[in-house]
Amino acid sequence: MSSVAHAEGHDHKPEGFLDRWLFTTNHKDIGTLYLVFSLTMFIIGGAMAMVIRAELFMPGMQLVDPAFFNQMTTMHALIMVFGAVMPAFVGLANWMIPMMVGAPDMALPRMNNWSFWILPFAFTMLLSTLFMDGGAPAAGWTLYPPLVLQGGNSFAFAIFAVHLLGISSIMGAINIIATILNMRAPGMNLLNMPLFVWTWLITAFLLIAVMPVLAGGVTMLLTDKFFGTSFFNAAGGGDPVMYQHIFWFFGHPEVYIMILPAFGVVSEILPTFSRKPLFGYTSMVYASASIAFLSFIVWSHHMFTVGMPLGGELFFMYATMVIAVPTGVKIFNWVATMWKGAMTFETPMLFAVGFVIMFTIGGFSGLMLAIAPADFQYHDTYFVVAHFHYVLVTGAVYAIMAGVYYWLPKWTGHMYDERLGKIHFWWSTIAVNVLFFPQHFLGLAGMPRRIPDYSVQFAEFNMISSIGGFAFGLAQIFFVYIVWKTVKGGKPAEARAWEGAKGLEWTVPSPAPHHTFETPPEIKPDMIAHPSNAH
Amino acid sequence: MATEEQDSNRVLVRKLTWAAVLMFGFGFALWPLYTVFCNITGINGKTGQVSEQDIQSMGLDPNRVVTVHFDGTVNSRLPWQFRPNQFSMEVHPGQVYEASYHAFNRGVEAIVGNAVPSVAPAEASLYFNKTECFCFTAQKLEAGEGKDMPLRFIIDPALPDDIQEVTLSYTFFMNDEQSRQANQHQTAGQPGNG
Repeated sequence: MSSVAHAEGHDHKPEGFLDRWLFTTNHKDIGTLYLVFSLTMFIIGGAMAMVIRAELFMPGMQLVDPAFFNQMTTMHALIMVFGAVMPAFVGLANWMIPMMVGAPDMALPRMNNWSFWILPFAFTMLLSTLFMDGGAPAAGWTLYPPLVLQGGNSFAFAIFAVHLLGISSIMGAINIIATILNMRAPGMNLLNMPLFVWTWLITAFLLIAVMPVLAGGVTMLLTDKFFGTSFFNAAGGGDPVMYQHIFWFFGHPEVYIMILPAFGVVSEILPTFSRKPLFGYTSMVYASASIAFLSFIVWSHHMFTVGMPLGGELFFMYATMVIAVPTGVKIFNWVATMWKGAMTFETPMLFAVGFVIMFTIGGFSGLMLAIAPADFQYHDTYFVVAHFHYVLVTGAVYAIMAGVYYWLPKWTGHMYDERLGKIHFWWSTIAVNVLFFPQHFLGLAGMPRRIPDYSVQFAEFNMISSIGGFAFGLAQIFFVYIVWKTVKGGKPAEARAWEGAKGLEWTVPSPAPHHTFETPPEIKPDMIAHPSNAH
Repeated sequence: MATEEQDSNRVLVRKLTWAAVLMFGFGFALWPLYTVFCNITGINGKTGQVSEQDIQSMGLDPNRVVTVHFDGTVNSRLPWQFRPNQFSMEVHPGQVYEASYHAFNRGVEAIVGNAVPSVAPAEASLYFNKTECFCFTAQKLEAGEGKDMPLRFIIDPALPDDIQEVTLSYTFFMNDEQSRQANQHQTAGQPGNG
């Protein structure tokens, strides 16, 4: 604690706006930048979703032309995946990991600055394609050839944006690994680390393994389009299905990149508000590692319908189903953590419990899709859309919201308005289920995804879904207001903002001083959540 | 202390950067790896090419009859008509047969196309071999020209017993590069990469 008092005494932030934000090497400021950027992208990507839902409100073409609709579905996905969800988790990692392991900052502060400031340029390039001849990429976020190569030359901007995002993610991942492996305070062994730190360590390795593969794949698209190569061009001896293999070799680990940190956030929050230690800490670590490993050998379940041999279908079907085992371990551990706990339901807890329930729904529909013979019916229908929105919105995004409410007192020094937070949760949860649950039925009835118009038998469910969509969109504007209000003021937060919270981040004052743990803290067993796992 | 930490950071960062660079290379290596994998296993339906000597070593199996179906399509960008001259044949494994397709250029200028073969079921592709095929080279048709395109094939007697029917399918694609050259120089018979 002496180090904390010391840090508080010399809490000098840079004075000017540019010095403070553009040239910052401070992990907390960069974390804030990531989170604000992510929220901005969440609103932009959300606005695109509103365009999609507005067009689908009724059958027939009402508002936008089909080409623009396709650009919207493609850009919505690219922005939400690479602009909203991934930077939000990197922001949480920047803010929390150094404080959680007792480090003064990230291991490579200047590279940290660079990883963030690449992002605004990348997304400026990506969004600028909307205003170019030929428009933004419109073949879906998976960028499948040959369709994606038939668009305009603005495609090159989208490819370079993806390259920049990859570079940013890889640098961020290297930084996180170096921080976790080299910067832990004495006494913080690997198996003492909070689960959020563990899941991020595993995620960072996934990022380093697969982001370069995506970069390679899109580079091949680029040379196919502009330099006459034939990687994916059948006339020149290439194979378009090859792209799908390369893409999903990245794409499947990518979905775990987006969900593993969410597992970590929820594993921090549930024990706090259940006032019990996390059930099965070690099994959680091993389950996360197993999920990461398995993510590399299941990619072809995204392409069951390309005409694989039976042996391939069976292998990828069973390998996919095996993932349900470590994921089930996690779900049961979370339930066991809450079992007979002294539970209270503050907003972070509501979002975390909502995550556990609704992520499980998304997981089950994933199991249905994993059944290869059934997938021939579900493939490219709204059932798939419903599935991945349950795991990404009520999964990843709910975990991010939970984390924001949980750590907002630590960041701002103010408690958020609990009443407004609860309204936000219930409003969002009702709306998101009205939005996505009917899409299961639409998909099972055969409505294809990525289309601006549909047969009249799908009209009712689409209208219900759109109403839920508008309500969910409005709820997130309300969320922005709640965050803004908390930044401006509110009940002062104590150092340990939640009385059941464990971990080093709660031993520093709220708001966290600009510099924390400049001298490593002396770790006592009651300060951390998992003291007994030390070797 | 601080320098020691910086050193260990530097070593770790170097290793992780190398890992990222290697994975970038691996992304490109996937292309030849998949191609080799598919050629060995035959799962992408690509057919094999054999020489006349190889045929001698295959024994004829006069008691077994396999039905071969023929199918031909063109990519939408190619203004050709393309169809098999026979829709199916009854063949004995181990014997060489000849079949042909007919292609006709409906376009207004010379076009070079490449035919990409595919065999269904895919596991039969390892046993479906050709000694001669229009798909081995790029094919050029002048505007309004039509011609028969022959192929000579032999089915390996090792074809698994449960396969009684095999479908051979070709898709013709436009070869942009060579079509452009053909219209510039009016030269014929360029080698392709089929």
